[in-house]
Amino acid sequence: MALMQISEPGMSPEPHQARLAVGIDLGTTNSLVATVRSGVPVVLPDANGRPLLPSIVRYVDSRKVEVGYAAQARQADDPKNTIVSVKRFMGRGVKDVVHLESAPYDFVDAPGMLQLRTVAGVKSPVEVSSEILRVLRERAELSLQGNISGAVITVPAYFDDAQRQATKDAGRIAGLNVLRLLNEPTAAAIAYGLENASEGIYAVYDLGGGTFDISILKLSKGVFEVVSTSGDSMLGGDDFDQRVFCWIAEQAKLAPLGARDMRLLQVKAREAKEYLTLHGEAAIAAKLSTGEFVDLVLSTETFCGITQTLVQKTLGPVRKALRDAGLTVDEIKGVVMVGGATRMPQVQRAVGEFFRRDPLNNLDPDKVVALGAAMQANVLAGNKPQGEDWLLLDVIPLSLGIETMGGLTEKIIPRNTTIPAGRAQEFTTFKDGQTGMSVHVVQGERELVSDCRSLARFELKGIPPMVAGAARIRVAFQVDADGLLSVSAKENTSGVEASITVKPSYGLADADVERMLRDSFDHAREDMHARALAEQRVDGQRLIEATRAALAADEGLLSSQEKTAIETAVAALERLLPGTDHRKIKQAVEALNRATDEFAARRMDAGIKRALAGRKIGSL
Amino acid sequence: MQNHFELFGLTPAFALQGDALERSYRDIQSKVHPDRFAHAGDAERRASLQWTTRVNEAYRTLKDPVQRAKHLLELHGVDVAFETNTAMPPEFLMQQMELREALEAAKDAPALDALRKDLVGEKRSMEKAIAEAIDAKKDYDGAAGLVRKLQFLDRLDEEINAAYEEIE
Repeated sequence: MALMQISEPGMSPEPHQARLAVGIDLGTTNSLVATVRSGVPVVLPDANGRPLLPSIVRYVDSRKVEVGYAAQARQADDPKNTIVSVKRFMGRGVKDVVHLESAPYDFVDAPGMLQLRTVAGVKSPVEVSSEILRVLRERAELSLQGNISGAVITVPAYFDDAQRQATKDAGRIAGLNVLRLLNEPTAAAIAYGLENASEGIYAVYDLGGGTFDISILKLSKGVFEVVSTSGDSMLGGDDFDQRVFCWIAEQAKLAPLGARDMRLLQVKAREAKEYLTLHGEAAIAAKLSTGEFVDLVLSTETFCGITQTLVQKTLGPVRKALRDAGLTVDEIKGVVMVGGATRMPQVQRAVGEFFRRDPLNNLDPDKVVALGAAMQANVLAGNKPQGEDWLLLDVIPLSLGIETMGGLTEKIIPRNTTIPAGRAQEFTTFKDGQTGMSVHVVQGERELVSDCRSLARFELKGIPPMVAGAARIRVAFQVDADGLLSVSAKENTSGVEASITVKPSYGLADADVERMLRDSFDHAREDMHARALAEQRVDGQRLIEATRAALAADEGLLSSQEKTAIETAVAALERLLPGTDHRKIKQAVEALNRATDEFAARRMDAGIKRALAGRKIGSL
Repeated sequence: MQNHFELFGLTPAFALQGDALERSYRDIQSKVHPDRFAHAGDAERRASLQWTTRVNEAYRTLKDPVQRAKHLLELHGVDVAFETNTAMPPEFLMQQMELREALEAAKDAPALDALRKDLVGEKRSMEKAIAEAIDAKKDYDGAAGLVRKLQFLDRLDEEINAAYEEIE
């Protein structure tokens, strides 16, 4: 939940005042924050007018943190405390990270997600990312002169559950109310599609600093429907830098490098890559701490040669996405290029040749994701009237399954299923009197569990003792609109709700998030109680507004008794809002939520009936 | 059991009428999707998640010819019995074996493309036969046999996909 304050305790804001909502592109290399101002999406620059925030965090000492350009300037001097491309480590263990040897950090192989030892202590990638998000939140609050009511944070479409959860946790720790995790290519499609009033089937080719996504979307009046998505969450512009870095080390015949020289040459490699976008050759010169000099010239031809396999590697997922969509290249109306790495001419050329058409890049590939996210945040915040908004239908990128006998995977929800999605599976006991059971949830396409990503192990307890095979345990999987999985279980013959203990294989336990949240307060010297109170008040206020709007629209669905019960709960909450006991407010919020449960269900039913009635009248 | 056709306001039939299903699906989603309730209370968000999940599942079922036919037959009290009834006419099995041999032998994309093209044609005619059996003749038991065949073809389609991945 976000840290937000109500201007005057107990006073509700203007009923039609637009809520401040932002879209955040939390990138491997750069991050941005954007908002919709007077109907136009704009990127919010920093005080110096710079739109990008380099995704670099430097822990200066135990208290001070630098983010962005300041951290970037010191990265070669202080490589161990200056974290670049932290997105690559989100939701990942030490064994998952490629090129670990050339990353100049002190890794800590924690269970689940790796951690980094810095001068400010051991940090999780989630905490490092939250520092970037915090700076963007502060930038937006300063620029918009108000508190942000909600944020949409973008993630690579190919991010798995652990990576998504890590991103959402980072948002929470940064004090953001995360309205939605939005897939980056989808965000780009929104910005592109609305800007160009496009209709038809489009491909979005998104090569960022550390991740590659390809999404196939069907754009039609007011609907963005993702048909299929594929990618590689370990492939991006960084890998091109890495190839250049290796080339430098090889050409200059360098001995194994220290952390500082390594970082220096990585920076030089990146600069050379960027220079080659518009020039035929790039000079690479550096003086190392050993006194050695590097003085090389990298030609476009050599650069294309050493990175050719990387470019080719992106085309595999492209073919797979087309196959999953049941489409051929000829059916694609346009290819939208997203991500700074698509500026490389060899990437443009390869994509153009594959799709047999010139790629579309009339929107800034660095900004298009943030702009799309801002547009979606504006819709989610309810700032667009119905009819002028749009509908987004996205999919789950990787199949979700469970481990069965012999270490095999059984798919429960296949990839490219439209989310939200749910599926239930029945299990039974194999021993007489068995009261517990373990369910191992994995994500991926491979047949062997060991080749998939382990998401969590669920221990089901409290199954009533029965003969083997008699119990019917229904395990329900639910993927929400953020692409995040939750699991519940019930024993069906007895109706006993089996209790679930979740042990996330990756990602953070709730307790970890709580601790990081506390640490972030210590850090900012904020008062935990004041923040909890502020959050509860915002939550309460939001719920009162939503309930009143619902009553105004659909009170006919309620008996007068039912209506009174809800109004009483609203009044009770409203009375408590100006108070200072956040627990009491929370209880009143929960009570109001319970009181409106049935009303909410009826409103959905009525909405569907209206939708169908409208359609029939319209089509007659 | 739930009737997915009813949810979309459609008459139960195997043959889909134009884009009626798509339009209905989109109309309903535009009312119940979680994006419409991002700022609402827990109760509405929960109801929205449940409804959207159900609508997505129903749409997925009706979009897929095998699942649509299976659902229709179940509404008519006929179990397709994919798992238990694996008996197939010998000539069909023979043809399937030949197709799989052709798949084994296909070592490049053009060969797989050709197989896929044949298979798509095969599937279309099977779907026509199913529509005929269910919608016109109301021969539900006969249709069940055709649906099992169509599922066989779907599996071959998946194997072709796997073969593409192998050669890449």
